[in-house]
Amino acid sequence: MGHLTVGLDVDWAVRWLTLSAQAMADHRVELIELDRAIGDSDHGENMDRGFKAVMDKLAEAPPATPGAALKLTAMALMSKVGGAAGPLYGTAFLRASTSLGDAPDIDPAALAAAIEAARDGVVARGKAEPGDKTMVDAWTPAVEAAAAAAAAGDGDVLKVLLAAAEAAEAGAVATDPLIARKGRASYLGERSAGHRDPGAVSTALILRAAAGAAK
Amino acid sequence: MKKLINDPRAVVDESVEGFGLAHADLVTVSSEPKFITRKDAPVAGKVGLVSGGGSGHEPLHGGFVGVGMLDAAVPGAVFTSPTPDQIIPATLAVNSGAGVVHIVKNYTGDVLNFETAAEMAEAEGVQVRTVLVNDDVAVEDSLYTAGRRGVGGTVLVEKIAGAAAERGDDLDAVAAIGDRVNQNVRSMGVALSACTVPHAGVPSFDLEENEIEIGIGIHGEPGRHRIPMENADAITDRLLEPILADLGIASGDKVLLFVNGMGGTPQSELYIVYRRAAQVLAEKGVAVERSLVGNYITSLEMQGCSVTVLRLDDELTSLWDAPVHTPALRWGI
Repeated sequence: MGHLTVGLDVDWAVRWLTLSAQAMADHRVELIELDRAIGDSDHGENMDRGFKAVMDKLAEAPPATPGAALKLTAMALMSKVGGAAGPLYGTAFLRASTSLGDAPDIDPAALAAAIEAARDGVVARGKAEPGDKTMVDAWTPAVEAAAAAAAAGDGDVLKVLLAAAEAAEAGAVATDPLIARKGRASYLGERSAGHRDPGAVSTALILRAAAGAAK
Repeated sequence: MKKLINDPRAVVDESVEGFGLAHADLVTVSSEPKFITRKDAPVAGKVGLVSGGGSGHEPLHGGFVGVGMLDAAVPGAVFTSPTPDQIIPATLAVNSGAGVVHIVKNYTGDVLNFETAAEMAEAEGVQVRTVLVNDDVAVEDSLYTAGRRGVGGTVLVEKIAGAAAERGDDLDAVAAIGDRVNQNVRSMGVALSACTVPHAGVPSFDLEENEIEIGIGIHGEPGRHRIPMENADAITDRLLEPILADLGIASGDKVLLFVNGMGGTPQSELYIVYRRAAQVLAEKGVAVERSLVGNYITSLEMQGCSVTVLRLDDELTSLWDAPVHTPALRWGI
């Protein structure tokens, strides 16, 4: 006790989404290149297009709560991204939004719960398990790290976000040796080993943007 | 890379616009959201057929919109599934009240987007059935992958289910015919060169001059095996053998043999492949009763082909023969 609890409000959510859009634009070519190796060269293009649509929606109708911002993001991604990433990220943001409800501010416990809800949404839609070389391999370590940071109990949301981002980045790197068992890379069988999963990388970028927006 | 395009990001928009202008007698194009419908949709009392997927496979799917085949096609970005905000209005536009069948190639993105759209269309009061096409025998270990892909068999499912809908079959019957075609069709493909997605600007995989890629899909994704170049007969044998084994084709069976170009292979070479496949089938005592040879489900400008075999029965044969009038396939009318 004794020190101020920093909350995450709707301004943070908008900054997060703006930084995510920037990250997708900045990493568009890198994501295309990763997808070219084990998929079909469209992930960077699709994510860039999807988050540009999110920015348009934010400008049209500014949201009142973090949950509303994430719901708007879900709808934009679902309708603009296509491929597997559209429904997967759409479901992730929608479940996170539902988890947050109408709360104007997010505390560490609510944040960890929202990240977990997002991961559970991805798993429910895509049916991938940890180790299948998908975005789940970034989400699951992020969920665990966020829960541990929230449980540490000093009330610092930034620590939770940083823990999630670092874990997601490590999770993405750890997909390198894996053999894909879901998504288009799975058709390559053993030849998918030695490449990083593009969906895990985009997940890490989005979670890093969330931390960046809280600083 | 040289391509006949204006802007890599406008490829699908401009191509679909041109398609609509060229075939204004057969189809109507909605530009926002993007989908293509049969001119006279919805056809009273008829089950609607909707398919879709990434662009880059032309003439699939838009080229198969018309009498006796699809009621609507929903094109996504190049090699990217379309989104529910396109699939839902396309579904509503072709629903006469008899329900709508979605024909979906088994790719994670297509399945997820069509699944979402079907749920939402049902919430709007449209009955939707889904026929999943997964005819690609190149995907060997389906427990540990996203499952077999939908490739050449898709064209045959669209034609035959389309004929069933046109003759007045109800929703469940049309879906059942589609499933029956899928259960009796298998395909396998080969690439001699990769293709270049316009916005990526570089070939989708790197292939040496003397290498070919066996077991490719239709999205420029690499296949299962990379082997040194062989002659057409040897390659045809490699494609055909796993198909026949998987289907359990035996002497006395009747089949449709479909040799499909991936976009960059001349018709003359496709006939060389057809020749060999027909020889092998004849040696095995299999009767090739119907044939299709040409570029119907492509992968941009990729060089290569796929071989598809459909086991026929009398009903499937008569539905195949039924009149069809679409931009890419026409007979009987």
